[in-house]
This record gives sequence, C-alpha cells and structure tokens, in this order.
Amino acid sequence: MKQININNYKFLSSPPFGELEGTKTIDMSTKKVAGSEAVILSLLEEGVDTIFGYPGGAIMPVYDSLYDYGQKVKHVLTRHEQGAVHAAEGYAKVTGRAGVCFATSGPGATNLITGIADAMIDSIPLVCITGQVTSPLLGTDAFQESDVVGISMPVTKWNYQVTTPEEIPEAIAQAFYIAQSGRPGPVLLDITKDAQFGELDFEYKKCNKIRSYVPETPVDPFKVEEAAKLIDKSEKPMVLVGQGVIISNAEEEFKTFVEKAGLPVAWTLLGLSAFPTEHRLNVGMLGMHGNYGPNKLTNEADLIIAVGMRFDDRVTGKVSEYATNAKIIHIEIDPSEINKIVKADVPVLGDAKKVLSMLINNIKENYHESWLEEFRRCDVVEVEKVIEKDIQPTKEGLTMGEVVSMASEKSNHEAILVTDVGQQQMVASRYFKFKHSKSNVTSGGLGTMGYALPASMGAQLGAPDRTVVAVIGDGGFQMTIQELGTIWQNKLPVKIIILNNNFLGMVRQWQQLFFEKRYSFTELQNPDFITIAKGFGIDGHKVEKREGLEEGIQKMFAHEGPYLLEVVVEKEDNVFPMVPAGASVSDVILEP
Amino acid sequence: MKKEFIITIFTENHIGLLNRVTIVFTRRKVNIESLTVSESALPGISKFTIVINANEEQVVKIVGQIEKQIDVLKAFFHTNEEMIYQEIALYKVRTEELYKSDAIEKMARNAGARILEITKEYTVIEKTGHKEETQALFEELNQFKVMQFIRSGRVAITRDPIERLSEFLKERDAILNQVD
Ligand SMILES: Cc1ncc(C[n+]2csc(CCOP(=O)(O)OP(=O)(O)O)c2C)c(N)n1
Repeated sequence: MKQININNYKFLSSPPFGELEGTKTIDMSTKKVAGSEAVILSLLEEGVDTIFGYPGGAIMPVYDSLYDYGQKVKHVLTRHEQGAVHAAEGYAKVTGRAGVCFATSGPGATNLITGIADAMIDSIPLVCITGQVTSPLLGTDAFQESDVVGISMPVTKWNYQVTTPEEIPEAIAQAFYIAQSGRPGPVLLDITKDAQFGELDFEYKKCNKIRSYVPETPVDPFKVEEAAKLIDKSEKPMVLVGQGVIISNAEEEFKTFVEKAGLPVAWTLLGLSAFPTEHRLNVGMLGMHGNYGPNKLTNEADLIIAVGMRFDDRVTGKVSEYATNAKIIHIEIDPSEINKIVKADVPVLGDAKKVLSMLINNIKENYHESWLEEFRRCDVVEVEKVIEKDIQPTKEGLTMGEVVSMASEKSNHEAILVTDVGQQQMVASRYFKFKHSKSNVTSGGLGTMGYALPASMGAQLGAPDRTVVAVIGDGGFQMTIQELGTIWQNKLPVKIIILNNNFLGMVRQWQQLFFEKRYSFTELQNPDFITIAKGFGIDGHKVEKREGLEEGIQKMFAHEGPYLLEVVVEKEDNVFPMVPAGASVSDVILEP
Repeated sequence: MKKEFIITIFTENHIGLLNRVTIVFTRRKVNIESLTVSESALPGISKFTIVINANEEQVVKIVGQIEKQIDVLKAFFHTNEEMIYQEIALYKVRTEELYKSDAIEKMARNAGARILEITKEYTVIEKTGHKEETQALFEELNQFKVMQFIRSGRVAITRDPIERLSEFLKERDAILNQVD
C-alpha cells in the first residue's frame, strides 16, 4: 500500500508570512482518508500553497482537516467571502496559477459570486470550493442551502457538485485543469457535507485531457502565412495587445515580433504591463480613457493586429465606425471570440505564444517610422492638453495623476499596481509605468468596486518579494474596507493609496458631462480613514497639500508593514481623453 | 433576416448541462421553439436538437458559445432544407365522434395518421410530420373538439449517410494529443 508523507509537499513560492501550525503524516496502509482530507491532499498535489477562505457549517470538515496541514499550505482568513475570492484573483493574476478559495454553503457561497463573475469576464483561473448541505437534504430548503451550482452556472467556466467522497480527487484534478488551461476561468466545486465526512482510498492523478474540451486549437500555418503577408505589406499597422499575451507567457515572443516588424503597440486595460511602458514602440492605452494617439489613429491604420484581446466595447467605441480603413488579424485562443464584435479578415486561432513564435519567422524585418511619428504628434497634443496638467499641475489642488506618477517613480517603476474601479483606475493605468509583466491587477470586464483592497492581498502573497501598491477611490475602499483586518492579521505589507475626492468620482464625471451636473447621490461623507487604519493596527498618513506628497509617498515605501496613504485630491477633476459612450474612437476628446 | 435553424449538440450526459445550454439562449433573449434531448447512437453521449428563429449571425455566435461549454463535444447548425426532420403529435378525440360519421377516420387516413388506442370515451390519433402538417390535422380534427393535443420537439437528421460522431471523436482525440 501507498505511503503518503506530507513532508514531501513543498511550497512553490517562498514561505508565506507569519507562523504556521500543524504537521501531520498519514500512513495510507492503515488509514483511509476522509473526503475533507482528500480535498486538502488534492490541493497539495496541485501545488497549492495559499488558500483564501471563510469557514462555516457546511465546510467545517474541510476546515478541520486543514488544521493538520498548517505547515504545508497557508490559509488566509479574510473578513468576507468577497474578500477571499478577489484575493484569489489577485494571487492568480501575479502568479499565473489558479487562485483557491473556500466558503461555506448558502450565504458564504453567494458572497463569492461577484468575484467569480469578475474572474469569468477577465479570464482568471480560480478554483472555488464551497461546502454544501448533506446530500439527502439537497433540494429541501435545508438550513443554509442555496443552489450554488445553479446560481454560479452563468459565471463559471465549469462547476460541479460532489456528493460522494470517491469523486473528490478527480473532481479537483479536473477543476484545476479546466481553470488553468486554454482561456482560463473560474470553476466551482460544491461538496456536500456527507462527501466530506465519508472515506475513500486516496489516489491522485492530475488531469490533462477531457474529451469534450479543446483548450486550444493547433495553429494553422496557412493562417500564419496569410497574416504575415498582410503585416509585410501594411504601411500603417497597429498592434493591440491584450491579456492573452500575459496568460500565455508570450511577452518575449511578442516583443521580438513587434520589434522585428517595427509595429506600434497599443494596449488594453488588461494587457497593461505585457509590454514595457518605456519601449519606443509603446504608443499607449486603448479605449474610453486611453491615450489620444491609439484611439485617434485606429481609423487611419490599414492593419489591426489584435493579440489576445476581445474588442471590448470600452475599446472599440462605436463598432460600425471602428478601424474603418483596416484589415483585421485576430490572434485568439477562444474560437467564440472570433467575429464576435469585429469581423476578422485573418483569424489565427491558438495560443498566443505559439502563434507569435511562428509569426516571427514568417514576417520580414521592417520599420514604420513616419507612421510612428503620427503617434508622437498625437502625444504632443495630449501632453499639452492633458498630461502636463495631470502630472505637473499648477493649480492648488492635488491631482490623481501626480500622485500616481510619483508613486510609480518612487517605486522605481518596479511595483505591482492594483487598482479599484473608477477615475483612479483610469488615471493609474495611464500614468503608472511598468518594466515587468504580470504587474497590473485590476477589474476590467466587470468593473467591480471593492476589488482592489482584497486583490492586493492576493497579489502580495503571490509575489511576496515585490512591492504591491493598491490605488483605490474613497468609494471603492469602503466596499471592502474590512479586509484591513486580514492585511493586519497576515502582516501583508501592501501600500494602500486612497485617492480621496469625496465623490464617487467617475459617476460624478458622467453626471457633469452628460447629466447637466445633477450630482445625484455621488457625494460622500467619509470617515477618518487614517483613524480607521490605525484601529486595524495599520499605520497611515494623510496628505492634503502638494508639499507633503513626496515625503508621504517616501514614508509609505520606507515603512516595513502595510501602510495607508490617504491623499486628498481635487474634488471635481475629470479623466481625459475620453471617447464618449457611443462615439467613434476617432472622436476622442481631450477636454470637455 | 430571421428564419428557422436547427441546432444539434452532442454532449456528455452530465447533470446540469441542459441548464448551461439554455442559459446561452436566455442571455441573448432568443426563444427556443422546440427542444429534444436523447441518447445518441453512441452510448453516454446525448444529442440535443433545438429549433430557434434567428438570423444567421446570431446562430453562429450562439453555437460558438455552446461549443465553449466544457461538457459539449460539438455543436452544429443547419437550415431546415439541410435536414430531414419530423415532429410527432398526439390528438385525443371523443370516440363518440368517431362513430357518428367517418369524417375523423377520413381525416386521419388522408393525413397518414394512425390510431393508437380506442376506449369507450376517447381515441388517440398519432401523426408524424412537419409542424404545419400536424397543425393542419389539429385544425381539422378540432371541428370535433380535440380533447387533448400534444406535439413533440423536433428530431432531425442530416442528409449525410452516417452520423459522423465517431469520426469526430477520433479527430478530437488527434487534436487533444497534438496540443500540450
Ligand atoms: C460594485 C459597483 N457598484 C457600482 C459601480 C459603478 N461605479 C463605477 S465607478 C464608480 C465611482 C467610484 O468612486 P470611487 O471609488 O470614489 O473612485 P473614483 O472614481 O472617485 O476614483 C461607481 C459607483 C461599480 N463599478 N461597481
């Protein structure tokens, strides 16, 4: 019979923060394991080193088993299940591995849903494990029973209810395979309490194939050739880089590709950090609050090469007036994305890394200096009309732009940026600079306020050696403020910057621009954030004047543990450029 | 332009899959006109036949989203002309009416329907055909007040000589072995 010595399980990353308890050796020749223990053993087999979760009745057996494995896996007790799932997303974003979270049945499970929906739309691998009432009680409206498989179906890549202990190892193996392969996404396993209590002979086999599931299509060399021909003959090509490049670890291939053909690179919100900010071919951000050049020139380009992005409406603006002069090459792993929004002249299905490696060999060396010059001319306009005022303001009030750009500079552009949703998210994405990939964590597709604080915890645990900066609005911060407790208890040294404009800023901006300044329920009366942080044991400091900004930021980075820097910014600043909703990208405006 | 399409889906026979499939339609506000699920020629593999009214672009996208579901093996769509299809209808009429005249019997005979069961109170007639045909018979019989009427979902089969599912599965295996 097989002996499992759990001391064989090692952490994949450096040891987590804080002390750990519990050691256990199980002798498989004398003991069957409980389903709950099989859950933990399966996670260890998958190399899981961190779990985010919150216990409750229906998942208590799993928590009881977890008690014995403290030295093998770190569990982070969040203050709300939404915190757990966003933390798991943050962890997944910076590591590229599935984030794992636990919740109990009923309210525990439903509290996960926002984060699961967020992960679904942003293609983030998650394995969520929920406890469920014991199987004879299913469907009886038992205490804390909710149909979480039904509820989560539209927002999971896959979900499954486990009702017997024997199914556990295989279900978990499939869960990890599905979550992490192809276009990643969240999966949910709902495990009944009797399946957790029951026993099984534990044996684990990783999953690497499911017959009804094709994670990626083999690359068609003819399509690659066709794409290469278009690229070679294009005079005004533009590359749109999305998260696909980050997910497939294709950053190097991508760089080689664009450098070889001299292609201007514009990025989506989720593609941010895939390509270094200071690279000469980087022409900036796409979309509603993106840079002037890439929006304006989309309709001048004769070729769009989209890599691992999905033509979100925030990127395209009015689709019928999008890229009107361009042929489209769409490199994409998910067949259902092809022609979903924008019709591709040459779709190239497959994993970005593989497609790009082939493409590199098919294209000619080239340069497009005069075309790049057009982007630079747009930059000059944008600098004069927007950027200078944002990052070197002469008015009295502080701007979000100057805070973010100083934070980026003081972290030597090496930090991981986590943003919440709203004005601060757009400004931070525009002005924070990146040298490394997997360094931008934000809620793109769903735009989930309250995301940043918990996601920063996961990012910090996933990348313990890096500086993590969370930039959050005063509104969003109060949606998951309780996670300050988790940050403190786990000694996570995240640097939190609240950009406080005393408004739900982005909504207020729309009210100003499109609803005649009728500020309906967007002004906030805020608490004293520093006192709150201190109540949680977290040091902090409030900056109200420009003179104190640099020192405040330096102090924050010099501080050993978590730190909260509140910066009071101008109340009614707006984010520009802006592609007004429903307008064409080339109608991007620089001022109201 | 909207017209009728037949979507055929081969899936693993897993609990909850019907829900996953119908969500794809619900989310796009496309009404399902008819739905049939049964085991296919290969054991363990279910076959869905779904009829919708939509334009071609919508159907292409819907089928793409369905295929994306983990437990779905393959989804196709066809126009009515590309498939041979049938529905089955059952009509319950008063046996009394059947004896009064030979009208009902004639209607059934002309429509190629058959009588399944005759009791003292009622008679059950069965007809297979396209919806217009089963509907036409309903309207005729209804002169004598049809007591109950039910029509099945559509079943459809391509004009190909065989169901290419087993070949498809072999190809699928080849793809799965090629990528990893
Ligand atoms: C959960 C959730 N509720 C509502 C919204 C709509 N919304 C988008 S931005 C925004 C304002 C955000 O305000 P704040 O957090 O203060 O950030 P700011 O825009 O001022 O930077 C709101 C309410 C949302 N994105 N998410």
